[in-house]
Amino acid sequence: MRMHGDFKGEELRRIVKEFTGPIYQRPPLRSAVKRMVRVRRVYYIEILEIQDRDVLMRIGVEAGTYIRKLCHDIGEVMGCGAHMAELRRTRAGPFKEDESLTDMYRLLDAFTIWREKGDEKYIRELLLPVETGVAHLPKIIIKDGAVDAICHGAMLSVKGILRVETGIKKGDTVAIMTQKGELVAMGKALMRSEEMVSSRQGLAVAHMKVIMKPGTYPRMWKGRSV
Amino acid sequence: MYLPGGSKREILVRDEEETDPAYGKPPYKRSIDELLEAGFINLDKPPGPTSHQVVAWIKEMLNVTRAGHAGTLEPLYWGGDIPKLQVYYL
Repeated sequence: MRMHGDFKGEELRRIVKEFTGPIYQRPPLRSAVKRMVRVRRVYYIEILEIQDRDVLMRIGVEAGTYIRKLCHDIGEVMGCGAHMAELRRTRAGPFKEDESLTDMYRLLDAFTIWREKGDEKYIRELLLPVETGVAHLPKIIIKDGAVDAICHGAMLSVKGILRVETGIKKGDTVAIMTQKGELVAMGKALMRSEEMVSSRQGLAVAHMKVIMKPGTYPRMWKGRSV
Repeated sequence: MYLPGGSKREILVRDEEETDPAYGKPPYKRSIDELLEAGFINLDKPPGPTSHQVVAWIKEMLNVTRAGHAGTLEPLYWGGDIPKLQVYYL
């Protein structure tokens, strides 16, 4: 963020604290979404370095938060004005700047080495299984017999459940997994974790987004839910 | 400080079963061809081309029919050549 005037670092640090937590934002003119005021959460703003009028910050925000607007607003409150000079996304959900991060050149090299030499070591590091995308979601592990029904769009009843992670509330997005660790589907929880374990019957998860191909596990069901 | 997905989770057991090794397999045992059917690439996108272009390149390079990206909603109009962490899915 580049400030448009001189300022005190101490004051910036103080002001920036005001911007953590829920904030109001309206998407800018050039945006893909409807331009209505909405609430977004700023999880943290960490000031890493200040050099003259340049401020280096690490910011954690809810998806859909406009950093450009955030910088502008910080500038307004500071009085001198500011704008976002540079932005680098370092994390999106479960994806971070770690060993899995690659670029087009490395991807092409790894792929070519596999295709031409049969060495899959390099490409394997870069192709992340679908399960990586749900690393941040609470998991429900189900019986083998329930898997194919879910693949066909059935809802999950508690009878199909083996294990549940704690902390699930009604309405939470959950990941349904096999015992082998494969992702079957994502869905919305209709019960809390404790209820899923203690209830004799009832629907635990609905609104499935099915990932696994039907037929991966054999068909062992009839009816609308397992 | 509130962070989504930050708290550690524990496991509650409702029932026990042995999984049949005859079908399905753990993700780490998938072949490269299987990984190319569905998965993610954590890509540091080059600053110039659009995400759309990069998706096209990846489809061609890896010879996959469907690919997409999950990235920022904001286009690169601020004029910088800024590399972005984006996620491409197959």
